[in-house]
Amino acid sequence: MSTAARTRPSPGPRGRTALVEAYLLPSPAAIGEEIVEFWPSMLSAGAITGLNALVGLVAGSLLGIVAALIASTSRLIDGMLAPIVAALAVIPIVALAPVLNTMFGADSQTGRQLIASLAAFVPVFITTARGLRQTQPVHRELMTSFAATPWQVMRTITLPTAVPYTFTGIRLASSLAVISALVAEYFGGPRGGLGGLISTSAASSAYPRAWAYVVAAIVLGLAFYLVTLALERWASRRR
Amino acid sequence: MTNAVTVSAVDKVFDTKKGQVVALSAVDLAVAPGEFVSLIGPSGCGKSTLLRLIADLESPSAGTVEVFGTSAHQARLDQRYGIAFQQAGLLPWRTVSANIALPLELSGSPKAEVRARVDELIALVGLGDFGDRFPDQLSGGMQQRVAIARALAKKPELLLMDEPFGALDEMTREYMQTELLRIAAETGAAVVFVTHSIPEAVYLSDRVVVMSPRPGRIAEVVPMSLGSTGSRADDLREDGSFFEMITAVREALHGGGGVTAAPRGVENR
Repeated sequence: MSTAARTRPSPGPRGRTALVEAYLLPSPAAIGEEIVEFWPSMLSAGAITGLNALVGLVAGSLLGIVAALIASTSRLIDGMLAPIVAALAVIPIVALAPVLNTMFGADSQTGRQLIASLAAFVPVFITTARGLRQTQPVHRELMTSFAATPWQVMRTITLPTAVPYTFTGIRLASSLAVISALVAEYFGGPRGGLGGLISTSAASSAYPRAWAYVVAAIVLGLAFYLVTLALERWASRRR
Repeated sequence: MTNAVTVSAVDKVFDTKKGQVVALSAVDLAVAPGEFVSLIGPSGCGKSTLLRLIADLESPSAGTVEVFGTSAHQARLDQRYGIAFQQAGLLPWRTVSANIALPLELSGSPKAEVRARVDELIALVGLGDFGDRFPDQLSGGMQQRVAIARALAKKPELLLMDEPFGALDEMTREYMQTELLRIAAETGAAVVFVTHSIPEAVYLSDRVVVMSPRPGRIAEVVPMSLGSTGSRADDLREDGSFFEMITAVREALHGGGGVTAAPRGVENR
């Protein structure tokens, strides 16, 4: 963050009143005024970005769970998936977003949802794949002594053991999905989302308004995080 | 009458990175129905391996293991035995009742039947009010009682136990031993019990099988002349005959193989 460097208080004769120029970092009061004024637009923008993030989070998580289940069935598939997931994890949104926007058309949210689901997929896949390997030997031997079928073993011990790991992955993915949905709006496609409005406001030098949308983005991210945290707690308590 | 367990000329060899390790060599053992037999010996004598062969969790490299006249494999598929390990191994996301019900659910027993059997078992192991608790709300001894109830769920005539009280404190351990004798008498099940405690083996058993390591084999089988296991109670622990049997087992453990210099009294639990 380049602003962080610029906002560092500089000691000296200039005193403590104007450490940062208002156009660089507006006062909280100015941002607050913008929040009040643009409240309806912030709500609708939050809804657009939030829906993209939610669709991405759900789709990416489901894909991650399914892929982890498939990977857990054989070492070969696991080994084949590992480099693909590693590659997916480092794809720059900056490169992907314009390509997808062009592919799906300028008025489509699909590209953004795909980017969010890609971001969500990786942590859910990794944590679920790990969780599926955490069954205790004593549980496996008990299931053998009960002459349980592979499907019964999966349903009775493997899946319940993996559930808390999966939900930890979903919690990590929730923040990533919001950030990705937001950043993807910087690279074309329909306006109206939080990311688009942040960049539009900044481009027209309406810095207090840009910061107001940043606050909205933070609230949206926190909402996703808290909901998935609650889900994780709930899932860890009763499996 | 068919033996509960018949082990004939069994060898067990494990392939490891450093080569082959002979865990058991030429082991013969018969356990009668309703009999309580303990396997005792130092670490590496193969006592747990022998139990795992009977449970069909491992297969023998040579020889045969029969349980109630069928192969150990068939006996496992038919659920002829119940098993308990040193770790209770309860599923932490299931209540006590649901843990005990697990083997019944897996074999598809009707719901009403499962509920009735679980109530019976909870009463048998003395966990009356704890059916709705979760395992992490129970003490170690209570968790083991749940594990024993679970092992008994399918009314097996054979109970296999691998140091089930090994992680319990002394007082709980003695209490659980008396409880186990009562439960074994009530169910009439034969028990094969792995332990490294001489007093525990003596107190519980009709016969104590003393094993020696490298390679694991049966050194001696010591019959306990202490009366029927079902009639034993805590006062036996202070009886002269009890100490005689402890001495007999200790001598069998330390005798033979020229290991008399091994420290005596370390297995004094």
